[in-house]
Amino acid sequence: MVSQVLLPTDNEPRTTDDVAISCTGVIKDFGEGDAKVRALYGIDVDIHASELTLLIGPSGCGKTTLISIIAGLLNPTEGEINLFGTPQSELRGRKLVQFRAENVGFVFQQYNLLPALTATENVAVPLLIQGWKRPAALKVARETLVAVDLEQRADQFPSQLSGGQQQRVAIARALVHQPRLLVCDEPTAALDGKSGRTVMELIKKVAVQPGRAVIVVTHDQRVFDYGDRIIEMADGRVVRVASDAAEIAHFAEKVSA
Amino acid sequence: MNWIAWKMLTGDRAKYFGTVFGVAFGVLLISQQTSIFVSLMRRTAHAVIDVRDASVWVMDPHQQNADEIKPLSDSDLNRIRGVEGVAWAVRYFKSLARAKIENGNFRQVVLLGLDDATLVGAPVKMREGSLANLRRPDAIIVDKAGYEYLWGQEPVRLGRTLEMNDHRAVLVGICEATAPFQTFPVVYTRYSQAVQFVAGERKVMSFVLTKPQTGISDQTLAERIHDKTGLMAQSRREFMWFIIGYYMRNTGIPINFGITIALGFIVGTAIAGQTFYLFTLENLKQFGALKAMGVSDLKITGMVLLQATIVGVIGYGLGIGMTALFFESTGGITALAGFYMPWQVAIVAAVAVAFIIVLASFISLRKVLMLEPAVVFRG
Ligand SMILES: Nc1ncnc2c1ncn2[C@@H]1O[C@H](COP(=O)(O)OP(=O)(O)OP(=O)(O)O)[C@@H](O)[C@H]1O
Ligand SMILES: [Mg+2]
Repeated sequence: MVSQVLLPTDNEPRTTDDVAISCTGVIKDFGEGDAKVRALYGIDVDIHASELTLLIGPSGCGKTTLISIIAGLLNPTEGEINLFGTPQSELRGRKLVQFRAENVGFVFQQYNLLPALTATENVAVPLLIQGWKRPAALKVARETLVAVDLEQRADQFPSQLSGGQQQRVAIARALVHQPRLLVCDEPTAALDGKSGRTVMELIKKVAVQPGRAVIVVTHDQRVFDYGDRIIEMADGRVVRVASDAAEIAHFAEKVSA
Repeated sequence: MNWIAWKMLTGDRAKYFGTVFGVAFGVLLISQQTSIFVSLMRRTAHAVIDVRDASVWVMDPHQQNADEIKPLSDSDLNRIRGVEGVAWAVRYFKSLARAKIENGNFRQVVLLGLDDATLVGAPVKMREGSLANLRRPDAIIVDKAGYEYLWGQEPVRLGRTLEMNDHRAVLVGICEATAPFQTFPVVYTRYSQAVQFVAGERKVMSFVLTKPQTGISDQTLAERIHDKTGLMAQSRREFMWFIIGYYMRNTGIPINFGITIALGFIVGTAIAGQTFYLFTLENLKQFGALKAMGVSDLKITGMVLLQATIVGVIGYGLGIGMTALFFESTGGITALAGFYMPWQVAIVAAVAVAFIIVLASFISLRKVLMLEPAVVFRG
């Protein structure tokens, strides 16, 4: 069963013009001199709150680089990112680390759970990072595991869980502290089709919340129809943004054809 | 975060024990090798160590160690007794002698002759027989290891005899003694008796043992004796180091052992440092995830240092424990009797392990801190 606390308030219409994050002229170069590689060539794009944004495109086009910059893990070479009204350039060093701790949830392709911690303990980590007392953090973590339908696995270690289950633990961990931004890099790439859909369903149902921006990077064409908005990249540029149902359906069809 | 650091450290039992035992093994190498070296060098001063009742040793001014001895004369003894601040002064004989056993075999022994009246320098602990019996004619007391060297594993039987310089010597007791460097048997007898056990020399007084009157330090008395008599006088402690210094300078032992100890240090610290370094490297990905999730570099540093401290302390405890156990269990072996771990060695090992663990954690920390949190998105 899905926890009531985290259920999206479904029937309300989503305010899709509610811009949460906007990127303006974002350029990213790796390396120096001759070895310099430009990964992003001036990205202008908006990420909206309360909806699921898919970031797609061929391998090497810069998807991971872009979400790393948005999440504050990488500094852009040029350009500005506005995060919920705050220019990222104002968040430096300690402030940026704290911003991440409080406002960003991460889901990785390789799950990146701490192998020495149980599912519940892993989920509690973001709260512990924020300085919560352990019993309180573990209590909330346990409740959050209910939302991803893993309460019966609460005390197992990652090595005792399937890939899909580990990813669900990772989703619970990414959401336990109610972040305003959730970034997921290829969350279904390591999973079979069924587990992949379960994970996307969870993200769609549990993660997408009023006021929260959710970005999912994916190659996986089977999950395109979960997107409320699709941003397509190629060679370090945004080449297309689709946001209405017909266009998205077209995307999904085009690829499945 | 400390809790997470603790869990990360101990979560994988095999890795945790591997790391801790790596450190423990390093500590074992360092402390065990150093202890053996120290114990061995200490043996060169065995005679001085075993004289507990006198605190100042007087000898010929050209003396270099406690084995090559130029005897003093009786008039020297009187002059020493005349020095102000001397509470008492007695003769002490020390020489190598050849002992012939009943079956015709013979062994070199360290022969110690104690002042007939006072028995100053007598063994402190008797295992068999009593010290008083040393006053009987021809009486000798042999140390426990010495008995084994002379008579093998035969059960101790007092009353057996030796022959030294064609004089009969009768065993009246077995005592404990610090093993001499050359592991010769130690034979105690009275001064007047000792003189008969060695081929005749005109002067036989190897040392004069004295004690200062209360209120006067050993050093002061030693200086006074030197000033008044021109003889060399040293406090018990000084003389011990004097002898050890001689063997350090004049034998290959320090170099040999120096190499072994240096190897012990290098191998020990390499193992300790390496295992911890590898441990942190293997957790790099986890640290990366924590950094991405908003753990500051300062907290990460704290976590690594906490892990290092735990590994260091437990590894050190185990290593020192193993060394102690080694000496505990070899204490009964005659050849290793008296080998022990001085507390200074435990401290040296602690400093070494602290140094290497801090070094290893800083090298691994560099890796952790330079880690771009964005790597967590890469396979
Ligand atoms: N740390 C780095 N150093 C140098 N070049 C990098 C680095 N990270 C990424 N790049 C380059 O930047 C470009 C974009 O990489 P990025 O990982 O963002 O692509 P992607 O769209 O996520 O690809 P994939 O779908 O394979 O994950 C690539 O050409 C890559 O080689
Ligand atoms: Mg990528």
